Amino acid sequence: MSTTSSTPTAAEAELAIQARQAAARSQGYWAGVWKRLRRDPVTIVCALVLLAMFLAIVFAPLIAPHDPYQGSMLRRLRPIGTENHILGTDELGRDMLTRLLHGGRLSWFMGITPVFLAFVIGTTLGVLAGFAGGRVNMAIMRATDVFYAFPSVLLAVAISGALGAGIVNAILALTLVFIPPIIRVAESVTTGVRNLDFVDAARASGAGAFTIVRVHVLGNVLGPIFVYATSLISVCMILASGLSFLGLGTRPPEPEWGLMLNTLRTAIYVQPWVAVLPGACIFVTSICFNLLSDGLRQAMDVKG
Amino acid sequence: MFFYLIRRILYAIPIALAVGFVCFMLVQIAPGDPINAIVPADAPGDVVEQVRRDYGLDKPLPVQFGIWLMKVVQGDLGRSLATGRSVWSDLSSAISNTLLLATVASLLGFVLGCILGGLAGTFRGSFIDRAATSIAVAGVSVPHYWLGMVLVVIFSVQLNWLPAMGAGPGGSADWAWDWEHMKHLILPAVTLAVIPMGIVTRTVRGLVAEIMNQEFVTALRGKGLTRGGIFVHVVKNAAPNALAVMGLQLGYLMGGSILVETVFSWPGTGLLLNNAIFQRDLPVLQGTILVLAMFFVALNLLVDLVQTALDPRIKRA
Repeated sequence: MSTTSSTPTAAEAELAIQARQAAARSQGYWAGVWKRLRRDPVTIVCALVLLAMFLAIVFAPLIAPHDPYQGSMLRRLRPIGTENHILGTDELGRDMLTRLLHGGRLSWFMGITPVFLAFVIGTTLGVLAGFAGGRVNMAIMRATDVFYAFPSVLLAVAISGALGAGIVNAILALTLVFIPPIIRVAESVTTGVRNLDFVDAARASGAGAFTIVRVHVLGNVLGPIFVYATSLISVCMILASGLSFLGLGTRPPEPEWGLMLNTLRTAIYVQPWVAVLPGACIFVTSICFNLLSDGLRQAMDVKG
Repeated sequence: MFFYLIRRILYAIPIALAVGFVCFMLVQIAPGDPINAIVPADAPGDVVEQVRRDYGLDKPLPVQFGIWLMKVVQGDLGRSLATGRSVWSDLSSAISNTLLLATVASLLGFVLGCILGGLAGTFRGSFIDRAATSIAVAGVSVPHYWLGMVLVVIFSVQLNWLPAMGAGPGGSADWAWDWEHMKHLILPAVTLAVIPMGIVTRTVRGLVAEIMNQEFVTALRGKGLTRGGIFVHVVKNAAPNALAVMGLQLGYLMGGSILVETVFSWPGTGLLLNNAIFQRDLPVLQGTILVLAMFFVALNLLVDLVQTALDPRIKRA
């Protein structure tokens, strides 16, 4: 059969269609996810806002108009719209725009790092519990139950309160807060996958436990766990800034949105709208992460 | 049912013990010698040793936990380093203040959440649905301590309608449901209500939408039942789950009100914790966390039991 033939037989045509369908299926999942995401304006806008914020805080030293630590007793608490200080100045006369840009670095770092660490640790433990079952599952899940017996804010405050103020302690406390919920999600997804036919097939064909987890389980559970973890970033940002707001996270004069909100609290009678600016930054970031996570969940068709 | 009851209560015991252990460990993970949580830093050496022996701090950790547990069970949470008073005496009045604030806030959040969620679930895809869902997302995403500040700016600083701080003349000790007291409660309660409102809205929306899609609702509609009649059926089906969410939210607010209490100087457990953190008053920190966590454990148990009792579909053996 020559390849130049313009009239393929029916069998050939059938094969070609099947091949095309298979190809469409194999790249179909992520292409489909992307296609659904593109049609979701809210998610796209949130992603763009977050991207813009991310770039702004990464390049803060280049684009910020002033020094974040350099204050002036003469220019304290200027209103929004002051010449040279578009967003006013804080209680020590430092430029608000500059400090908000620089402050985002720590706020974002403290909002994302604990979730990332908890994602790694929680997924490991949760997949282990779900895949191993039996006593291992019992031990891990019962330990998780104990941490569920604390409201999350209380647990974060308790641990970082006992350890003392500091960025590392705050991150440690927040990581501990987010490990149990991720374990629960990871365990339930893994338990669901473990009993599917292809896992049985892999086991029957002689694959070891490690191979099955690496090849067959992780690929199917990481997506849902990841989506769940992104929804935690919003909570983590609020909690991290909340810890700083209580004086448990970053320490002055370091710029960080929660801490700025705390030190500006006394200024609400003088320059109320300048004082609430850092909180607005936390709010915008948090709501964008929340909506982005919702969009991802829908686009990736994750249930729960 | 009866066996479920017994088993659920029995299961709460190891959880409560483990929670106690975590609270016990709080003082252990704190930097420095745990003895510093009992005696002031400038105490003479022989006094420190005496106290160490009296408190059993020279014994191994499990024994120490046992000793601590026995004291806690008898209601002895230790003494505050800052004031020298027993932790429980400060804690008891703070808890009633927090309970008042958290109860009002969770009721408010529950009512608003049910209205918004019910409307959104009934008219899915409509403008009302989108508005209610947006409010819910904003509610769970807003840093509530910041919302509290914004409300203070608007209603206290600009409009001068409501007080920005405190729990009114006398606090909860002589709390009365008069305007003088209630106006102190409005701003903190509204601020704190935002989170449960968002969560209850999401839950109720999902529940209502799910129930409305079920066949029995179609059947009811087919037999000619009015909207009001169907509404009663939907409420009956959604209530157990919605109440469970609300119960847990009350627990979250009890523990989570620390930030809002700090913003409004509300004299509850949050303010107590905040002061304890500032003064590194570990006994107060430990005692407050322990009591709040135990409250949460008990509430969890209660919610489970009430939900099982209310919902005949849940058959737990």
